Amino acid sequence: MSAVAENEAIKGGEFLIKETSASDIFIPEEFNEEQQMIAETCSDFLKTEVHPILDEIDKAKTPELMSSLMDKAGELGLLGTAVPEEYEGFGMNFNTSMLVAEVLGAGYSFSVAQSAHTGIGTLPILYYGNENQKQKYLPKLASGEWKAAYCLTEPDSGSDANSGKTKAELTADGKHYKINGQKMWITNGGFADLFIVFAKIEDDKNLTAFIVEKSYGGITMNEPEHKMGIKGSDTRQIFFNDCMVPVENMLSDREKGFKIAVNILNIGRIKLGIAAVGGAKGVLTQAVNYANERKQFGISIGRFGAIKHKLGEMASKIWVCEAAGYRAGQNIDDLIEKLKAEGKSDAEAKLKALEQFAIECAIMKVHGSEVLDFVVDEGVQVYGGMGYSADAPMDRAYRDSRINRIFEGTNEINRLLIVDMLLKRAMKGEMDLMGPAGAVAKEIMSIPSFGDDHEGMFAAEKNVLKNLKKAVLMVAGAAVQKFMMKLSHEQEILMNSADMLIEIYAVESAILRVEKLIGIKGEEAVSLEKDMMMIYLHNAVAKCNMVGREAIQAFAEGDELRVMLMGLKRFTKIEPFNTKDARRRVADAMLAESKYIF
Amino acid sequence: MNILVCISSVPDTTAKITFKDDNTTFNKDGVTHIIGPYDDYALARAIELKEELGGTVTVLNVGTAETEPQIRKALAIGADEAIRVDAEPTDSFFVAEQIAAVAKENSYDLIMMGRETTDYNSGVVHGIVGQLLGMPSLSPVMELNIDGNTAKISREIEGGKEKLEATLPLILGCQEPIAEWKIASMRGIMTARKKPLNVRPAVGEGLTSVSSYSLPPEKGDCKMIPAEEAEKLIDLLQNEAKVL
Ligand SMILES: Cc1cc2nc3c(=O)[nH]c(=O)nc-3n(C[C@H](O)[C@H](O)[C@H](O)COP(=O)(O)OP(=O)(O)OC[C@H]3O[C@@H](n4cnc5c(N)ncnc54)[C@H](O)[C@@H]3O)c2cc1C
Repeated sequence: MSAVAENEAIKGGEFLIKETSASDIFIPEEFNEEQQMIAETCSDFLKTEVHPILDEIDKAKTPELMSSLMDKAGELGLLGTAVPEEYEGFGMNFNTSMLVAEVLGAGYSFSVAQSAHTGIGTLPILYYGNENQKQKYLPKLASGEWKAAYCLTEPDSGSDANSGKTKAELTADGKHYKINGQKMWITNGGFADLFIVFAKIEDDKNLTAFIVEKSYGGITMNEPEHKMGIKGSDTRQIFFNDCMVPVENMLSDREKGFKIAVNILNIGRIKLGIAAVGGAKGVLTQAVNYANERKQFGISIGRFGAIKHKLGEMASKIWVCEAAGYRAGQNIDDLIEKLKAEGKSDAEAKLKALEQFAIECAIMKVHGSEVLDFVVDEGVQVYGGMGYSADAPMDRAYRDSRINRIFEGTNEINRLLIVDMLLKRAMKGEMDLMGPAGAVAKEIMSIPSFGDDHEGMFAAEKNVLKNLKKAVLMVAGAAVQKFMMKLSHEQEILMNSADMLIEIYAVESAILRVEKLIGIKGEEAVSLEKDMMMIYLHNAVAKCNMVGREAIQAFAEGDELRVMLMGLKRFTKIEPFNTKDARRRVADAMLAESKYIF
Repeated sequence: MNILVCISSVPDTTAKITFKDDNTTFNKDGVTHIIGPYDDYALARAIELKEELGGTVTVLNVGTAETEPQIRKALAIGADEAIRVDAEPTDSFFVAEQIAAVAKENSYDLIMMGRETTDYNSGVVHGIVGQLLGMPSLSPVMELNIDGNTAKISREIEGGKEKLEATLPLILGCQEPIAEWKIASMRGIMTARKKPLNVRPAVGEGLTSVSSYSLPPEKGDCKMIPAEEAEKLIDLLQNEAKVL
């Protein structure tokens, strides 16, 4: 059934035009004993060191508490999972570090500090550092002896990251770069020993990256920012005044900084997505518990259909997002292995693989952060008035979730990137989008075919999925033709297209996960997982219909409009399914065990 | 200081308990197993003592191959080697017999375990091991320090605390706060797979078998009676609940 030849690995973004078979994806149920033990270590750490002092962490006026938590995490090795063993890390594969990110994702502010240190703080050196730089800094960062921060954003340079004004000037003796400028929103700023700083040399168009030790001097900072959430995460404005950085601390080459920034954020994105899944699972467990305990009208509120609806919906979204995350993670791992086998260095292979799946990374960032926001919002609602109490757990969850849609590239920027990257790949001839888009354009002009080509397990669902892919190819294909180079001015249509792509990737991952699970556990044992997939599929179809319609109406007229709307109707058809009962089944199973059980 | 730490593999404390095979077997499907929480404390203190005084920590588990993840976890937490006695731990005497058999072949200064398991909570294994080996057995040990050949112990007794000293070797049933609970480190996890885990056959046979298990009856729904209709309560207690 798969259009993909046996040995031809799927490339990033190709999910839109190719089919993946269930056996080709990794599902979290396949984590081995050692990986599960690592996950337990992470959750034990949160349970013993972080969760008992969440209030203290959030109220801390100085960065010492967070810094000491990072020390403890470092002692356990939790800061070195992605660092190769030759630099005193643990050299875990990508999906294992995703698992670590997921579990620690339930750590509120701590999780932000940890992910900034291990991600944007450490990875620039791991991926772009020369051997000396790696030897010098990575062991310290992997153990947590040194903490890292990443200084890209400036007061006037946020989403437009390459527009920073911070300057790096070569000193007369040619030994140092003198850095001057102001950075903003710097996570871990207050206790970092090392800063990855982006600055411009002379009138360069692009940024250059530097490894800056705190001890170089010339670094001052404001008090921690007052924030809506993640209050325990130390966020600073940092000033560089004649900060003297040895020339050998330039990271990679002059003007390579923007590329570094983009690629590093890219990795952070998929991790952010999976960390959101971890956070959401914790919140849902609390909500399920509360639904069992809270009684109104003489019964537990969990027995009300309205509450079951929420719990079922939350579980479905979390489970689906998790499927997408580890599927993409494994694609990245597989490509890393392949590139290494072809002779690429570890760092090169990792970078290339992550770049290849940048579209999926952006999808995970948007999807994960929005699933978490949905879950915390419904979490507050399940708690009712208690949800609004600052003394109950939903308050922190609700506030802390919100940042995820903003940092590591706002969700708007990421949505634009998803479509932009896809179109660029098509333009470069790396991926044939125009062929399939043309075929869809023809198809909508002809009589509908009833010969659905999928057979076997989930044939109907896979046909629905195939049609959703056609829907976005139709919408985006027509928009490209209509606007050509001006498409970038039609952000609303790009957002609509991104929404469809996200839903498609997510629901495809879910269908494949259920299919693979059935192969492992048998159909009966995974009926609830199938329910969650079906709930999601129906939501996805409705969403694609809605945003597809909006997009078409934004640019098509007359006959074209009618034909495309008919096409959309055809491509968003789905057999009826009782999602209400499915949500109830999922909710009841969780209520019986008082937790998120999948 | 050579220490034998006996660990049990028990259902996660939040697991939902069900039975199968006509209510004669605990249904393990989908249930996560963990190292017995009290055993975990014994293990943690044993590792601390090893770090302080040198020697080795051996973990022992009586169980089928299913328990190996918990054994490897103990190795990841810091034990040096492991022994699994390949049998279902059918009853306390049977388990104690296995421990005693292993102990007789080696010379341990301390045999430590949890005060009880959290599945069947019999809490007598350490006592029986003491009897079988002819050694003192103390429980629940909440503080343990070693000074030469002497163990300084404090434990809770009915209505108070007791401090005592005893000469090694000893059998100890432990509980918190004997040590700070230990989390397996990344390095520990990665070295666990290289540490020896020896499997050996059981001696003797279980003396008991389970005829059936049952759960306590579920709590029924709560019926609310408005205060102004309090007399209805008598009626319900008499005719519906039939307790009056
Ligand atoms: C708590 C916190 C921690 C952070 N940590 C770090 C850190 O450690 N290091 C670091 O370098 N930065 C960090 N940041 C900065 C963060 O990455 C930026 O805030 C983010 O990239 C957005 O930039 P901005 O705030 O300037 O918003 P703006 O770019 O001003 O965006 C404002 C709005 O406009 C939209 N927008 C902007 N451009 C476009 C466009 N082209 N098309 C459509 N919409 C657009 C955005 O999506 C957003 O909705 C952090 C921020 C916060 C709040």
